[in-house]
Amino acid sequence: MVAVFLASAVEMVEALTIVVAVGHTEGWRPALRGTVVAVVTLAALVAIVGPALTKVPLDALRLVVGGVLLIFGLQWLRKAILRATGLVAKHDEDAIYQRTVEKMDTEATRQNHRVAFVLAFKGVFLEGLEVVIIVLTLGTSARRLGLASLSALAALLIVGGVGVVVARQLSKVPENAMKMTVGVLLVSYGTFFSGEGLKIRWPGDDVALVVLVAFYAVVTWVFVTWMRRSPAVAVAS
Amino acid sequence: MKSSWPIRMIVGFARFWWDFLVGDTPELFLAAVFILAVVAVIRVGAHQNALAVAALPLLVVAALGVSASRARRR
Repeated sequence: MVAVFLASAVEMVEALTIVVAVGHTEGWRPALRGTVVAVVTLAALVAIVGPALTKVPLDALRLVVGGVLLIFGLQWLRKAILRATGLVAKHDEDAIYQRTVEKMDTEATRQNHRVAFVLAFKGVFLEGLEVVIIVLTLGTSARRLGLASLSALAALLIVGGVGVVVARQLSKVPENAMKMTVGVLLVSYGTFFSGEGLKIRWPGDDVALVVLVAFYAVVTWVFVTWMRRSPAVAVAS
Repeated sequence: MKSSWPIRMIVGFARFWWDFLVGDTPELFLAAVFILAVVAVIRVGAHQNALAVAALPLLVVAALGVSASRARRR
């Protein structure tokens, strides 16, 4: 459930940046209203879709879920490697904050609080949707949806609590290191679950998951070291 | 012409999954599908458990390496 917690924390830092920007610019009431409506909508989504997923045959579920985690994990890991090697700019929370404030400046005069509500809702809902998918996929595959939901809730409370204290200092969060850790964990879970879905018998059963995490962590370190030593060509997307 | 809300919902849903799974790295999506297909053939078709155990993570690493190298050259 560490993967759920870390992934949730990363996405929530991004959502929190948008909410703080909206709150500072247009007032906290529409920002918090948009946040609450988005969180309630996401919780309803987990409550509706979660139990239905537990009815799907386990092998088929693990294959699909493993495939999704594998793809998503590879995307995160690739991005984190490129950021660590300086080929892609690191995710800058200050830039997100500034962009949101500029958007508010141009649009708020026309629609006032409605824009603030929609921006906060969209920010929290879209970032939260990724959390929901990770909670549902990891939670249902391990048959621990409750624990996965609690991990995401813990991340929400911690990031929210820290956000109240540090407000605009969100760029201090070591996002890329967290993203790399989550990428390694998601690829490991994706490999493990999709393998189980394909009826692979992993040596050592669940212990194989720890071996996979260590293997992908070493591979990531090798890629980062190798790419840092070779000259960079250009900034990629 | 503005489409009705069910159509917009379906299009939005499809777009979300497209961005989520394919996004700007279609090679990773295709690689994952290819890897799972190959491992399915090895494990389910040829009944080779040990080979499947080794092939799955190695193919994943190869996909990651190729995708990262492509981004570096771009």
